[in-house]
Amino acid sequence: MEGWDTTTKSTLTQIPLLTTKAGPRDGVGWTQRLKEEYKALIAYTSMNKAKDNDWFRISAANPEGTRWTGKCWYVHNLLKYEFDLQFDIPVTYPATAPEIELPQLDGKTHKMYRGGKICLTVHFKPLWAKNCPRFGIAHALCLGLAPWLAAEIPILVDSGMIQHKDDVASSSDS
Amino acid sequence: MEAELKELLNDLESLKRSPPDLLNSSIDKLKMRVEHLSNLAKSSPARRSKVKDMSAEVIDSNPYSRLMALQRMGIVHNYERIREFSVAIVGIGGVGSVAAEMLTRCGVGRLLLYDYDTVELANMNRLFFRPEQVGMTKTDAAVQTLSDINPDVVLESYTLNITTVQGFETFMSSLKNKKFRPEKEGSGVDLVLSCVDNYEARMAVNQACNELNQTWMESGVSEDAVSGHIQLLIPGETACFACVPPLVVASGIDERTLKREGVCAASLPTTMGVVAGLLVQNTLKYLLQFGQVSRYLGYNALKDYFPTMEMKPNPQCSNAACVDRQKEYIIARPAREAAAKAEMVAEALLFTGGPLHADNEWSISVVDDGEPDGLDFPSSVGLPEGVVHELPSADVFRPPPAPEAVCLADDLEDLRRQLDALNAPQG
Repeated sequence: MEGWDTTTKSTLTQIPLLTTKAGPRDGVGWTQRLKEEYKALIAYTSMNKAKDNDWFRISAANPEGTRWTGKCWYVHNLLKYEFDLQFDIPVTYPATAPEIELPQLDGKTHKMYRGGKICLTVHFKPLWAKNCPRFGIAHALCLGLAPWLAAEIPILVDSGMIQHKDDVASSSDS
Repeated sequence: MEAELKELLNDLESLKRSPPDLLNSSIDKLKMRVEHLSNLAKSSPARRSKVKDMSAEVIDSNPYSRLMALQRMGIVHNYERIREFSVAIVGIGGVGSVAAEMLTRCGVGRLLLYDYDTVELANMNRLFFRPEQVGMTKTDAAVQTLSDINPDVVLESYTLNITTVQGFETFMSSLKNKKFRPEKEGSGVDLVLSCVDNYEARMAVNQACNELNQTWMESGVSEDAVSGHIQLLIPGETACFACVPPLVVASGIDERTLKREGVCAASLPTTMGVVAGLLVQNTLKYLLQFGQVSRYLGYNALKDYFPTMEMKPNPQCSNAACVDRQKEYIIARPAREAAAKAEMVAEALLFTGGPLHADNEWSISVVDDGEPDGLDFPSSVGLPEGVVHELPSADVFRPPPAPEAVCLADDLEDLRRQLDALNAPQG
């Protein structure tokens, strides 16, 4: 965890850790894991709201809890940029981390794999592997997606690759 | 083309009967059609027809004469058996596509191809795919080329991502399907070749093969394109992919930090071709039972260094199916040793022309060469004082401690509602 800022570190310590090592094919084990995932996500979302640092919405897109969809946003120069967020729980979960996708940014940055999967290889996956099975979806968002947005969105905005929705609307009006 | 020629003849017949003033224009039209037909005849390639039996006859038109010669040379006992084998190739990229072509040219019975990607111009620095196939799925493009090269091979293609829950189920059921050779024991394939470029997919192949007790081979090329490896994985007997990821051993770097193709890893047709060649060579040796099948073979292109090694399974492997296979392997140990002994005795009987050497001046004798017993020593026999083996020996199966009972007190629906409430817009 060297190299991480103190805010992220203190946030991380407050997200409950998970205990059940079970994937989507493990039946009862997966139900238990899913409950732990929900608890961690609830704790993380409430904490963000309490600190006025709310930055994502995520919910299961199917009853099995193997596909998740939602939104995430990032504020840059007092403007809010919002993106669709989605991912599948891999069959080898939690041994392998979920591959978080921002489909709207597909092809706009090379810090991304095909289909809009953000690159987590260096900054997040070793951390996930070392903390298996204690990390869950909430941790993946906190340590995987949040730093990616913080690093990439300012570059994408400044280079003109993405525009704020108000700018897009006004330029099409004129 | 036959139909068109027939039509042309009919037109000629009607031409005979037509009035003279229309003759010229009709002749011109006919001339154009003949030209078109002759162009067609030139461009349409001759397709090879299917061959029922592999023949060793040495004539230009026999696609298998050079392969069947392996038998005459005494390398392979029965080459034609290759037509009974099914090989699954996961990942039809720089290594997988070339491996598929090699096996197709060798006349393998059935190939199962898995990939979810499409052909791109960025793939053209590697072998197999052609620029006109850009945009096709890799599986479709591969089937197109391979069925032209050798129509005898049964090709099955699956355009799916094996790391998703649904893709994995299809992957598993396709491996289990025994329609091709119903009398085969175990799963429906003889070998799975992993030619994927990422950790997640390798873990998925590992999971499937551990569950199905399916022998497989893993292959990989480093992101700097100057080294690679192949590895044989026999569930329970050798290390599985989760026991020891191979690159950690090979180069000291963590496999998980490897970047994938999309984030611009380097690649060379040479390294990929060499690794595909090593992989298929090992596959042929394994299937046709000749030579020595490598357990692990590395390739360092910068120094032309080819390290080999063996890896035992990790008794504390995090993959439950791997631990189950290890248990079965240990339990089957007495039977396996008895079989090996019987084979040795049978072999010895072949030399019953009396002892090889009448005198044995220095009392040289052959000792049993079974599995090493070194690990049987309880704790610290043979070790300096104060030093003990940390891990227990794995020769006897020890059941792991029973897991704590899972608590199912909370209601999943309730938790889901709580999160939805938090997700609802405020104000």
